[in-house]
Amino acid sequence: MIPLADRAFDAPHLNYGRLSPLLIVFGVALAGVLVEAFAPRRLRYAINTVLSLVGLLAALIAVVLVAGDAPSHHGGVSLGSLEAVGAIAVDGPALFLWGILLVFGLLSVLLFAERHLEGGLTAFAGQAAALPGTDAEREAASRGVEHTEVFPLMMFALGGMMLFPAANDLLTMFVALEVLSLPLYLLCGLARRRRLISQEAAMKYFLLGAFSSALFLYGIALVYGFAGSFQLAAIDTAISARAGATSMLLVGMGLMAVGLLFKVGAAPFHAWTPDVYQGAPTAVTAFMAACTKIAAFGALLRVFYVAFGAANWEWLPVMWVIAALTMAVGSVIAITQTDVKRMLAYSSIAHAGFVITGFVGVQSAAEVGDTQVTSLQAVLFYLVTYGFATIGAFAVVTLVRDAGGETTHLSRWAGLGKEAPVLAGVFAFFLLAFAGIPLTSGFTGKWMVFAAAWAGGAWPLVVVAVLMSAVAAFFYVRVIVLMFFSDPVGDGPTVAVPSILTTAAITVGATMTLVLGVVPQPVLDLARQAGQFIR
Amino acid sequence: MDSISSLLALIIAIPAASAAVLLVGGRWTDRWGHVLGTLAPIASFVIAVLAFLDLQAGGGEPLQQHLFTWIDVNSFQVDFDLLFDQLSALFVLLITGVGSLIHVYSIGYMAADPRRRRFFGYLNLFVAAMLTLVLADDYLAVFLGWEGVGLASYLLIGFWQYKDSAAVAAKKAFVVNRVGDVGMALAIMLMFASFGSTSFAGVAEGMESASAALATALGLLLLLGAAGKSAQVPLQSWLLDAMEGPTPVSALIHAATMVTAGVYLVTRSHFVYAETEVAQTAVVIVGLVTLLWGAVIGCAKDDIKKALAGSTMSQIGYMMLAAGIGPAGYAFAIFHLLTHGFFKANLFLGAGSVMHAMNDDVNMRRYGALRAALPITFITFACGYLAIIGFPGLAGFWSKDRIIEAAFNENVYIGVGALIGAGITAFYMTRLMIMTFLSEKRWQRDVHPHESPLVMTAPLVVLAAGSVVGGALLLNNWIVEWLEPVVGVEEHHEALLSPLLITLLVLAMVAAGIVVAFLIYRRDKISPEAPTRVSLLTRAARADLYGDAVNEAAFMRPGQQLTRSLVQVDNRGVDGAVNGLAALVGGTSGRVRRWQTGFVRTYALSMLAGSALLVLGLLAVRLA
Repeated sequence: MIPLADRAFDAPHLNYGRLSPLLIVFGVALAGVLVEAFAPRRLRYAINTVLSLVGLLAALIAVVLVAGDAPSHHGGVSLGSLEAVGAIAVDGPALFLWGILLVFGLLSVLLFAERHLEGGLTAFAGQAAALPGTDAEREAASRGVEHTEVFPLMMFALGGMMLFPAANDLLTMFVALEVLSLPLYLLCGLARRRRLISQEAAMKYFLLGAFSSALFLYGIALVYGFAGSFQLAAIDTAISARAGATSMLLVGMGLMAVGLLFKVGAAPFHAWTPDVYQGAPTAVTAFMAACTKIAAFGALLRVFYVAFGAANWEWLPVMWVIAALTMAVGSVIAITQTDVKRMLAYSSIAHAGFVITGFVGVQSAAEVGDTQVTSLQAVLFYLVTYGFATIGAFAVVTLVRDAGGETTHLSRWAGLGKEAPVLAGVFAFFLLAFAGIPLTSGFTGKWMVFAAAWAGGAWPLVVVAVLMSAVAAFFYVRVIVLMFFSDPVGDGPTVAVPSILTTAAITVGATMTLVLGVVPQPVLDLARQAGQFIR
Repeated sequence: MDSISSLLALIIAIPAASAAVLLVGGRWTDRWGHVLGTLAPIASFVIAVLAFLDLQAGGGEPLQQHLFTWIDVNSFQVDFDLLFDQLSALFVLLITGVGSLIHVYSIGYMAADPRRRRFFGYLNLFVAAMLTLVLADDYLAVFLGWEGVGLASYLLIGFWQYKDSAAVAAKKAFVVNRVGDVGMALAIMLMFASFGSTSFAGVAEGMESASAALATALGLLLLLGAAGKSAQVPLQSWLLDAMEGPTPVSALIHAATMVTAGVYLVTRSHFVYAETEVAQTAVVIVGLVTLLWGAVIGCAKDDIKKALAGSTMSQIGYMMLAAGIGPAGYAFAIFHLLTHGFFKANLFLGAGSVMHAMNDDVNMRRYGALRAALPITFITFACGYLAIIGFPGLAGFWSKDRIIEAAFNENVYIGVGALIGAGITAFYMTRLMIMTFLSEKRWQRDVHPHESPLVMTAPLVVLAAGSVVGGALLLNNWIVEWLEPVVGVEEHHEALLSPLLITLLVLAMVAAGIVVAFLIYRRDKISPEAPTRVSLLTRAARADLYGDAVNEAAFMRPGQQLTRSLVQVDNRGVDGAVNGLAALVGGTSGRVRRWQTGFVRTYALSMLAGSALLVLGLLAVRLA
């Protein structure tokens, strides 16, 4: 070790242009906090909404610009550069993930900002500090206050999500994990209705998230112990050189996998998902289900492909088991769910299993032909399809209501097809996409990950995946049957008329789900151009 | 010439567009739908006449129009081209000409029907599909039209779908036609597999070097297709039931045009049959059997439309017979097809006019002495009658006579069969005439026959004129020479019997048939109820010569048995397995979900256990 005193401290050189998407999102988050501090209460909603939307759009444009002049390596196999002294990889996959995170972030902001459904207020608690069922809460409700802090919170989370899959060393990755997680814990507990279950969800998410973060951090420490570096490329070199104590690497790798698999909601670390998805405000659930999963998968792929790629014979068998188990748990347990949000939660667990199936497929661009896709590209494409359908589906859930707010019990959805044929039709379309029916994005996405897995020799896993898709189709279709062919119970649900915001989110989700099912090629080409991770 | 060529597509497009307007437009078009529907085939007819004149002036060079490339997959390319040659020209004129008349007639016939607009939509759809069938220059495109007319036929037979009998008849026609379509589809696939092309030119070229076995297979498969569409034995059973449709439909589809598509197919495929003796003989036999089969049925039916349907079957048998003979017969097959198109449409529309007068009663035993009440119908019907039995000078005389002559030249037994058929034709048509227009009143109470309106009688008059003078097509051997570029030149045979002798024989048979009919059905001997104590032959003929019984015994009941046993297997085996599996999955789900206790401590424990297992798994992989 070199004594600290002998090392001159060099101010890191930062290429602000390449990092601008991240900086814009974090900047908007900070500005949002300032708005909360200084702007008059009645203006905060408008300012924060506009600020978020404009900021995300600006970040999206920045992503396009950065991608436009990203340097290309190895004859186009990968593109991008390492920034911030090697801490952040602004490469093709990262830019692609940033792009889709920003798009889904935009859609989520639309849902966050919806005020028509609660009589002119957002779906977030008026005064989170007031205990449920107290006078303070009633007073907050009658005064019509609302927490517009959700916008900066969401921006921080989104910034963390963008940093997470772009992190090129383990410490940055851990920081990103915490930056994305902490605001989410808060957001989960901010529901205006059913506050107890919402707070319970936040508490559970926080405890288990902290637990998994601890395991993740311990894993990082062990890996550092093995490799002597936090840099992903350095870990790769250490593994290739077979230096250090292998058992330390294996345990470290395992614990890091636990942290990441927890975030994607893979079995057996999925237990939090249904409870949290159900309890959180639905807009937050949509945001979490789409964006957290994307960010966590991006990080999972980067860590295991870049840092642990040389040891893939060690972890592939375990990932096979995880993939099969996740698909089975998600698909099978979803069958007996009676709550729409819980059912969608289990569905998202099953989808995580499908993504992991693609993840264990082919890995290098050299192994695939021109017409095939690598598993990385298949996973990227799958995440796009999954995100649009997920946000759209949860947005529909916000509209089916009764006197107590959203009515998520499935029995109350009976006969929705008669009550609101268009809405029920759109929801049925999302369910068909989840089930992977042709002409929806779900089909093309599944096709891609299965093809990648098959080409990588994981055909037994593909067989399991197809069987589990069949099981999953059962509960999706069951909901469709319930909506269209059952008589409503009692008065039946009422369908609230949303503002343009939610309508836009649903429309974009449904349109993209259809477009990606019919003409997937442009997005697929985009994923192909993203190339591989750089080291 | 080019200008007319480019109009060919319009011949199909106009009725197709009209059908689309009428069927999609719904009630909006109720008020003027029938007018539009009638103008469409008339417009097509005008273009067809122009194209026909052009074809004649152009020295017989066929008109062609390339529309688009329909299928382009690797080596399989199908262009959607239209071909207006001498053969298709005659068909197009028949379809649009007779079709237009029948459309006009339908305005009156369907006047009281609330769904008249839909009826015209279907008719237009039929016309468009039938024109596609005869204008296509590729077997695959022919098949498109083939299925299109099948669909239109199905829709129109079942037009009064609230009647069980109509719905059942439509279904029957559809199913029986499927059997034939399988033959046609297999033939097309075989063509593609052998020649790599399905166009007429490509197949004709490929046939030159094809093996005899391939030619025979193609010939028989095409014959199966033709038999289905043209109601030839053994696929004849649907045509009699098809009479459940409105009478203009019977006239247009089930007499004049669609049912002759089989004859068209065989004639068009002359290059296939030229290479295969076996298939050719099969065509002749099918034709001969059907012509006698239909004639016998026609003798026993009391339902005027069914009697005429038996007659249709029989006359198409004549055409098939002629087409099977080869180049010597093709021209006469088409000639008879054209004259038959006229007089049979005439007869059916006449029958429709009679039914119109008799409160839609079809039973001839309750008719009688209608000549006074329906003078125009009677006279026009009589023209058709004389034409079909082959009264000297009228259309049927020329065409049928030539077929019988060709049959004698081919083989004396076939000639005799065809000759007998002519006698039976005379018998059943005379019987029909006597029971309907002559003899005494056997009307039900509250029936007051009245002549039909002008919109119905005018087409009758035109068609009757055609029935009378249709033979003119044979002047100077015109039709034979006209079709020569398409079907080839007739080889000269040593005539077995002199043409004059054959003509005399035919006339004698016809006269005998008429006399026998008059002897049996003397003025006062027809009872309003069908006699029950009748000969075995009559009983068999009344039951359509047990065609249905055979089908039921040979196919339907074994088929039902098979389905029932499959259902058993499905219920017990497959469903059992599936339901069992579903129960297993559901049960598992119910048990596993209990692990989701809601206690965060349990979740944390499960995570800890999972982490331990994951790490142990990694270590285990390492050790293994």
